[in-house]
Amino acid sequence: MCSYTTVGTAVAGSAKGPNGSWFHVTDATVYFDHPVHALADHTLNIDLADPSRGPSARVAVELDAASARALVAAIQQALDSAPAELTA
Amino acid sequence: MGDSLTAEMITFDGHGGDEVEAYLVRPTDGQPSRGGVIVIHHLPGWDRWSKAVTRRFAVLGYDAIAPHLYSRVGRGLSPDDAAAAARAQGGVPDEQVAGDMAGAATYLRGLDTSNGKVGVIGYCSGGRHAVLTACNVEVDAAVNCYGGFVTRDVPPESGMWMTSIIDQVPGLRAPMLGLFGNDDVSPSPEDVNDLEKVLVDNGKSYEFHRYDGAAHAFFCVDRPAYRPEAAVDGWERIETFFGRYL
Repeated sequence: MCSYTTVGTAVAGSAKGPNGSWFHVTDATVYFDHPVHALADHTLNIDLADPSRGPSARVAVELDAASARALVAAIQQALDSAPAELTA
Repeated sequence: MGDSLTAEMITFDGHGGDEVEAYLVRPTDGQPSRGGVIVIHHLPGWDRWSKAVTRRFAVLGYDAIAPHLYSRVGRGLSPDDAAAAARAQGGVPDEQVAGDMAGAATYLRGLDTSNGKVGVIGYCSGGRHAVLTACNVEVDAAVNCYGGFVTRDVPPESGMWMTSIIDQVPGLRAPMLGLFGNDDVSPSPEDVNDLEKVLVDNGKSYEFHRYDGAAHAFFCVDRPAYRPEAAVDGWERIETFFGRYL
């Protein structure tokens, strides 16, 4: 199947992307669809990008569903472990 | 048929006169007069598999073209980067796709080897686009490989522009071959039934084949979804179908 469901959100931070260079990222796009590279029929895909620098300014991740959920939990655990005043 | 091919990147005039890049593959020693096939890639983009499929149609004796639906995102990009950018923009509008496919058909008919016949085939979202093309563009045969969201809208929260095109199907201009997996959920067997009913009710020429033990993307040899029994039979159906109409 194709869900086509695509969720976008603004982000602020940096990613290490094409040619090993760091760049500022402004947009995240999240979707569950066919991967380009991962060996799975469907994956949770995340694109961290700066569209102002063109489509190649992108870091892409493709994770199977269990991995994606584990990543969400890990992110939440890391955020929860930090002092609240730092993550507000 | 022969394995000697010529492959190149070309451009043609697409929707609104925009320049659209495409992968063109032609038999080197083919019949002097032959049909053409448009291969429509899936939502993840103008990828290696789509180009391999295009070469296969040239081996079968057709002039084959795979337009890049995301050409307007930028040239010289990695196809997956272009696909990601297009997706973030909500995909491509149906009107634009139909215009690009009309341009591709015109390009194929303009080749010195053309017999005037053009078929279209698409996989996944490209299957839906093949149906869209057959409803809006003068083509002689259309193959819909598990195209989703032909009979129902993409959920509003999807962020994509795709909607049902079932209201266009009564205007289908070419015979359709449909190949579907019975374990697919989009299109589900019920979705396929709904499409078939509209084709029957409107007296359209069609041929559907549904495969047990196969789900979505069963033609894709580099994915776990690959099902050789369905894919081999499906390719035979496609060859026979295009052989009849092109």
